[in-house]
Amino acid sequence: MRIVEKAQLMSASEIDRTLRRLAHQIVEKSGGTKHLALIGIRRRGVPLAQRIAQAMRGIDGVDVPVGTLDITLYRDDLSKVASHAVLQSSDIPFGVDGMDLVLVDDVLYTGRTIRAGMNGLFDLGRPQRVSLCVLIDRGHREMPIEAQFVGRTVQTSDTEIIEVRLREIDDEERVVLVDRQEP
Amino acid sequence: MTYRFRDLLALEPLNADELTFLLDQSGPFQAIQRNPLKKLATLRGKTVALAFFETSTRTRISFGTAASRLGADTMNLQAESSSVKKGESLLDTVQTLNAMKPDCLVMRHASSGAADFVARHLDIPVINAGDGTHEHPSQGLLDALTIRDRLGKIDNLNVTILGDLQHSRVARSNIHLLGKFGCRFTLCGPAMWVPRELEKIGAPGVSIRRVFRLDEALEDADVVLMLRVQTERMHEPSISSEDYVLGYQLNAERLRRAKPNALVLHPGPMNRGIEITPEVADGPQSCVLEQVTNGIAVRMALLFLLISGAQEEGRDPATTNASAGAEETHAPRNRRSTDKKDLSHASD
Repeated sequence: MRIVEKAQLMSASEIDRTLRRLAHQIVEKSGGTKHLALIGIRRRGVPLAQRIAQAMRGIDGVDVPVGTLDITLYRDDLSKVASHAVLQSSDIPFGVDGMDLVLVDDVLYTGRTIRAGMNGLFDLGRPQRVSLCVLIDRGHREMPIEAQFVGRTVQTSDTEIIEVRLREIDDEERVVLVDRQEP
Repeated sequence: MTYRFRDLLALEPLNADELTFLLDQSGPFQAIQRNPLKKLATLRGKTVALAFFETSTRTRISFGTAASRLGADTMNLQAESSSVKKGESLLDTVQTLNAMKPDCLVMRHASSGAADFVARHLDIPVINAGDGTHEHPSQGLLDALTIRDRLGKIDNLNVTILGDLQHSRVARSNIHLLGKFGCRFTLCGPAMWVPRELEKIGAPGVSIRRVFRLDEALEDADVVLMLRVQTERMHEPSISSEDYVLGYQLNAERLRRAKPNALVLHPGPMNRGIEITPEVADGPQSCVLEQVTNGIAVRMALLFLLISGAQEEGRDPATTNASAGAEETHAPRNRRSTDKKDLSHASD
């Protein structure tokens, strides 16, 4: 099987602009930042959440708390869990009771990751509201889950993969559409 | 980093990277102990068989709690109330248990090597919860995790182990683990409990010395690992409780010989007033209760790792059996190094 890059969906500056827009939308829709907190889903949701929080500092001058969530233990497919991959701790250094939480992830696909993330959050308490923010929504949902804040919606086929590459984790900063092709 | 075995039978065959991996995997489960809701659904529908052929309270409760916090069910076999009393062989007993289709077997037995023997005959992961005087790997891991949390490292420490070394599987697991990180060991206790052979149980290059005066053994210690004085053994050609207290009881004054923030660990149950004074047991240097809490995290990590690992291999316990041919395609058993030379001391 060959992996072929088909298109670039976002450049570094487009990612940056999109995250700023998402920050504005979240603040506007939440009616302020008082009870707001961002929860980045490992791995690439984490730097995205931090950057959105950074952008919010410029809007409201407030530090919005950011937590990170590892969903491995909440997945519904134990047989596909890379059991020998390193588990990470979730790090949510604030109480979630009564909070207005925004889950942040890079790509929304089947919705199973978000389902797992919500299970993880509710083990920590009872948030007032949970919404979802993703950089890319690529469709193909298998759960009744939708994102309130979407960077860009992209039509994809089953064989295609969207790779969000971020400078904190990868060597570059862009979003690409790749395809798996049988030889 | 990965864990390449299907079982956890001993720490001796594991190298430093693998041991670090197991400790790291326990971290997320430590965090879960602090959640208001501590129960996961990760292993929902899985069953853990707890077979304790030797009495145990805390280890059995700890493994049972670890299983239930992962969402798994448990089946319990205790020697006192079981067919073992009616003369059934060990292998028949565990094969009967296995026929009830558990996904993992946690086993304690009075004979060294019992878990290893059973693992050869079963196709499910086996965790050794203590076998005779051989090893108690999950205790070794939880002790190391506790030390790492408090001191920030487990490398190059001076570790004094105090008590009945000869009969202690806890001491052996600790030496096999901490020895891979360059720790130096001082073994201390009445002479008949600290035989000369113990100086040789570590991997080549691990420093182990015997000292019979407690004050000298505590000198410069970073960690004091207490072992239970097995009062039931005091009747043997041995030492009276009074003499033990005089010579080997860890009290606050003696502890001052160790480094200022030296840790005191005890696997429990403690005999207060015999091997340890309440002042030390309840003092700021004592890690006794953290050990108990960390024990659940370590055991959750082991159950998660081994059960999800078995699942990943695509083995269907209903249709496979542990034939020799089938075994080669799966992860190797975590045998004692005497059985498989290629697994021993890969880090040395």
